[in-house]
Amino acid sequence: MTAMQNVSLGAHYAVHLPAPDDFAFWRERARALIQCDIPPDRISWVEPGSTGDLFAAEGPARREKRLPTPEPDAQPVRASKRFMKLARNAALHSDQQRFGLLYRMLWRLQSNPRAMEDKADPDVRQIEELDKSVRRDSHKMHAFVRFRAVDEDHYVAWFEPDHHIVRANASFFMRRFANMNWSILTPRGCIHWDGETMRESGPARREDAPQGDPVEDLWKSYYASIFNPARLKVGAMLSEMPKKYWKNMPEAELIPDLIAGAQAREAGMVAAGEREERGRPDTLEAVARGIAGCRDCPIAECGTRAVMGEGPPNAPLMIVGEQPGDQEDIGGRPFIGPAGQLLDDYLNSTGIDRAAAYVTNAVKHFKFAQRGKRRIHQSPQAKEIDTCRWWLEAEREIVKPRLVLALGASAARSFLGKTVSISKARGASIALEDGAELWVTAHPSYLLRLDGEAREKQSALFANDLAAVRERLVELGV
Amino acid sequence: MARITNAQSIKQKLEILADAAKYDASCASSGSAKKNSLGGKGIGSTEGMGICHAYAPDGRCISLLKVLLTNHCIFDCHYCVNRKSSNVRRARFTPQEVADLTINFYKRNYIEGLFLSSGIIKSSSHTMDQLVEASRILRVEYDFRGYIHLKTIPEADPELIYQAGLYADRVSINVELPTREGLARLAPDKDENQIEGALAKTKSRIIQAKDEKKRFRHAPRFAPAGQSTQMIVGADNATDSDIVGRASNLYGAFGLRRVYYSAFSPIPDASAVLPLKRPPLMREHRLYQSDWLMRFYGFAPDEVAQATEKDGNLPLDIDPKLAWALKFRESFPIDVNRASKEQLLRVPGLGTTAVGRILAARRHRTLRLDDVAKLTQSIAKVRPFLIALDWRPTTLTDRADLRVLLAPRQEQLELF
Repeated sequence: MTAMQNVSLGAHYAVHLPAPDDFAFWRERARALIQCDIPPDRISWVEPGSTGDLFAAEGPARREKRLPTPEPDAQPVRASKRFMKLARNAALHSDQQRFGLLYRMLWRLQSNPRAMEDKADPDVRQIEELDKSVRRDSHKMHAFVRFRAVDEDHYVAWFEPDHHIVRANASFFMRRFANMNWSILTPRGCIHWDGETMRESGPARREDAPQGDPVEDLWKSYYASIFNPARLKVGAMLSEMPKKYWKNMPEAELIPDLIAGAQAREAGMVAAGEREERGRPDTLEAVARGIAGCRDCPIAECGTRAVMGEGPPNAPLMIVGEQPGDQEDIGGRPFIGPAGQLLDDYLNSTGIDRAAAYVTNAVKHFKFAQRGKRRIHQSPQAKEIDTCRWWLEAEREIVKPRLVLALGASAARSFLGKTVSISKARGASIALEDGAELWVTAHPSYLLRLDGEAREKQSALFANDLAAVRERLVELGV
Repeated sequence: MARITNAQSIKQKLEILADAAKYDASCASSGSAKKNSLGGKGIGSTEGMGICHAYAPDGRCISLLKVLLTNHCIFDCHYCVNRKSSNVRRARFTPQEVADLTINFYKRNYIEGLFLSSGIIKSSSHTMDQLVEASRILRVEYDFRGYIHLKTIPEADPELIYQAGLYADRVSINVELPTREGLARLAPDKDENQIEGALAKTKSRIIQAKDEKKRFRHAPRFAPAGQSTQMIVGADNATDSDIVGRASNLYGAFGLRRVYYSAFSPIPDASAVLPLKRPPLMREHRLYQSDWLMRFYGFAPDEVAQATEKDGNLPLDIDPKLAWALKFRESFPIDVNRASKEQLLRVPGLGTTAVGRILAARRHRTLRLDDVAKLTQSIAKVRPFLIALDWRPTTLTDRADLRVLLAPRQEQLELF
């Protein structure tokens, strides 16, 4: 009896696969069926536990029809290596039509061996789509499986793949964790490795997997710290790590908070940048209004008032101190406390007219610590000086002084962008970008804190610096 | 200081040192030699393709444990959050702590390996020695076969950099800024000649090691995933033309695998010398696109420069390939059934995959516009530049408002 006689016209065959990912079984059967010349529309491929067999209702006899056996001298079935690779992977897809599709393509390849090259063909495209989503699923499994340690050196993970990929990916995890005992539990079956052999077991439930691991705490800290809130791109994250994976990834529970917090953190980080976009105020009145409402650094939250600079709006000399003190905060004017009086004395004796200079501070609010009834001066941090520098720059742009005298390291930092040593920077002019000259000297309050010989020495240096500034002002003809 | 550091827990140190490392753009774990842990004592494998184990809400992949050994630094580079004059919290890992953390993360499948960098403590050589020690513990004591990327320090003893290459899959040296002036102004402690010298030395060692490997099976590998570098975009005045030109020189001169661009982020403790602005993320993206044009699409650096606007920067609203096509409309439309691969790669909207598919499909049929639509992402985008069997764009290619038609729509904001 030949194969052809065995096949009555219109007979329909159902092939029952032993496992949904049993490609080798499909290959055997497909080879035989093609050799018997059974066209694709007369075969249904049935997975275990599926209802994919449309003809099952027509009676058990039809389902159990014996598959035909090919003639010994039947034509061999041929397919390219590329097709085999693609088919092997696409067969892992959870789409129930996949084996039918693969058979149809194999059937077509017998008459047109190059059919796979036509990328615009619907069957080719569909197989490539299946392959692509299986590859993606496998890749996500490699990436998103999270092991948890249970007792000594046994690591267990729970993963929910979309397709029948668990067995096919066992070797990846074996090569990677060769000397570790591990199990991957999934609803589609489990794999276990003990360092020597791979074992398989039936489907597992989520509750079978361990619920926590102390190292997860460290991992979550890492995840939160490596995230840069200034670059929030939630869409890019979601396309690569869709929400369906989140429930099995410990770090994912942080995401909503990180996103919510990012806007606030970013706002803090670029507050100064936003001001830049707003444009600098171009009158001293606007600066005064601006600093009164400024809350860009913590000092402004101390409940003190902003102290604006004072002096002619076109003064050739600009004197910059550190920040308002107790007296200045109460009086609302710069340099009126003890240090201001000392400065006035020195300016008078040197012959510099304070009324002709524009006097201001690097930081506009008073920073202090409360000790009983007294408010004790606190030095501003570098960050706070840098934040407030924006207002100082605005003042300097309006006043356009020829010469700037910075009193103390904080004031010097506002212009130089780095903390310099007064002893090294004093006594010579430093060119600023707009052509003005910067002179640096100590802050008068420094002199107030010294006594004895040290005070005498520093006072002399301070007087020298002021004299040099006066000389330079004369040279500049102002 | 040491007392305070000792009191910090591993978790606190990790927070500080991962936070400090987040401005490094690279997280690649691909392109190394294949290796796995079968027959070894430890764990780990690299199989060519990198794996991103998680994505942060900034859209960037987390593939490696990216930390600094310490964020103490004797240098004062203005763009860097860890510079000497910055008042960030400081911490320091021991090499052993880094190695243990890597192994613990790797065993739980959180990471592909380690990306270790460091602030400069004591001296460049001392710091490099510590970095090498951490990788030695991983490779020798734990027989770790995952991915290691070491940032090397150009001023360090060349022997130490050589050691680093023996343990690491990839080594990198940052050129930091696209122009010499920028480097002099913003990174006063660094020297361009020294950086380029180190890049050149590493290149010759990689070539030498590859050559030895061909002759002797047991010759040691040296940085099998090559070397890369990073430059910061938006901290100085360099234009996109400058940056693309520099990148192309670097690719050519030092055989780099990648040049990374990092949009200058407003760092928590910014130096006053720098602009305090939002990071130019779109500009960074356009630079990466132009990088791809040079590496995979056959564009020469001066051709990318042709796509820039009058100010020397790439347009932000459209991609550089479309910008180039709009400037050189005489090269279009091209016939999708006849054009060479090189011509097809110039069509905005056709990627390398689509071009491959078109070349394969047209051996079997003469392509209609419908067929092209099946092979590409968006037919609307490529249509003005193509001729197919049933399609000719006639006046479309020459329309004055073509840019407006093809640029992504500006989305109107909703009332809140």
